[in-house]
Amino acid sequence: MSVSEDQVAEAMYAMIKEYHGKRNLKALDLSKAMIEKFGEEECDKKFCKKAIRQLIDSGRCTYSYVGGSYIVLPPDSPDAR
Amino acid sequence: MVEKLRDTPKIDELMKGPWPSFVKEIKLSAKLSGRAGERANDLLGVLERSYNDKIGHWKHGGIVGVMGYGGGVIGRYNDLPEEFPKVAHFHTVRVNQPSGWFYKTDVLRKICDLWEKHGSGVTNMHGSTGDIILLGCATEDLEPVFADLTEMGFDLGGSGSDVRTPSACCGMARCEWACYDTMGACHDITQTFQDELHRPAFPYKYKFKFAGCPNDCVASVARSDMSIIGTWRDDIQMDAAAVSEYAQSGKFDMQADVVGRCPTGCMSWDGQKLAIDNRNCVKCMHCINAMPKALAPGRDRGATVLLGSKAPIVGGALLSSVMVPFLKMEPPYEDLKELAEAIWDLWGEHGKNRERVGEFIQRIGMSNFLEQIGLDPIPEMVIQPRTNPYIFFETEEEE
Ligand code: SF4
Ligand code: SF4
Repeated sequence: MSVSEDQVAEAMYAMIKEYHGKRNLKALDLSKAMIEKFGEEECDKKFCKKAIRQLIDSGRCTYSYVGGSYIVLPPDSPDAR
Repeated sequence: MVEKLRDTPKIDELMKGPWPSFVKEIKLSAKLSGRAGERANDLLGVLERSYNDKIGHWKHGGIVGVMGYGGGVIGRYNDLPEEFPKVAHFHTVRVNQPSGWFYKTDVLRKICDLWEKHGSGVTNMHGSTGDIILLGCATEDLEPVFADLTEMGFDLGGSGSDVRTPSACCGMARCEWACYDTMGACHDITQTFQDELHRPAFPYKYKFKFAGCPNDCVASVARSDMSIIGTWRDDIQMDAAAVSEYAQSGKFDMQADVVGRCPTGCMSWDGQKLAIDNRNCVKCMHCINAMPKALAPGRDRGATVLLGSKAPIVGGALLSSVMVPFLKMEPPYEDLKELAEAIWDLWGEHGKNRERVGEFIQRIGMSNFLEQIGLDPIPEMVIQPRTNPYIFFETEEEE
């Protein structure tokens, strides 16, 4: 694969930042968007799962529950302001 | 210890009568020293206020949890924080229970001590999901709670759009009817799907429940998205001498109480001998429960895998439908895991937000669903095959 996990995580982060305060994104919304962006050959569901894990475990993103589970920016993130 | 308990004339009514009372228990917690007592006391106040106002004063959800986990903590906040400051946050912590709910007493004491230290002293053993439920903790206490729990060997359970904490009946540990090792299967599935349990990525919740036989003591057929119910495919084991003993005991009428209540009428009794047409037995367990010393499940044992139930509070309940009539339940349970993953792939891709897998099947149709996950339709999937065959079998056109 020529696309790295970091690249996918960055692209996901950019998307979460762009939609912050406008629309909540689920893990699946992120995966679908990445598969469309990079192509299934380069970035499949498992790869997307790893990228999400990286975003959550690093603390750059967090889970929130609003009638469903979403991935969001933590409230204290500079990008959340 | 709080100086004075909240005045609660309305909810005090719930302490009257001979049954256990949650109000009585919360009042006991309110006598604890430190934060636990203060929280329990303010909880009494909010409850009383809710009964007066005829509305709940709780909001739930939001960003709350422990690092790396998307489930296990249900954020709760009261909407009167000035009036009840000690329960401004009153989060619920779900702890993954041991398979079959077996504990040593020292572990139970440690859990209670932990909750008096960090929470409110109020617990719910166990919640409808099966987890240990610890009620009432502030956001800043969540990480310390998690650290103490993991040190004791516990982990958080599921909440939100993820695999909910799987649960199992006590199965082979205590019950002679268990047709497979429910506790082993539950533990294996819990360990295999840790990611799915802690990192929500589904349209909605997905519950596994493991029952060792069709008595279904964990109510899996009504309360889990995937019900794994023990069964057998050979003949019911019968001890003819013990059957005679039951017949002569005078405790029940063999014809009316056992044979007459067989749902498929596949038993007969000539006054001396009991006969079972095992091909027509639907494994309801009635006769076995009635004569446990004389009858037992067959020896060729496994489980039926069913899908799609849910027990909502508001809408009507949905029972699960058969997916696989018989599966040998042996570690590492690969077939079961593959089936679950195929279902998640399809439902994950096309399910709507907050749509349970059973509702998804209702929306797209059972035959469509089966085709997509690669299972062939079979008569066992039809709930009432003799009266309502709702699956339409397509006959392939011959050239
Ligand atoms: S479901 Fe069956 S095996 Fe499990 S505890 Fe109940 S009777 Fe026993
Ligand atoms: S288990 Fe149920 S269906 Fe089977 S023989 Fe006994 S009563 Fe009849």
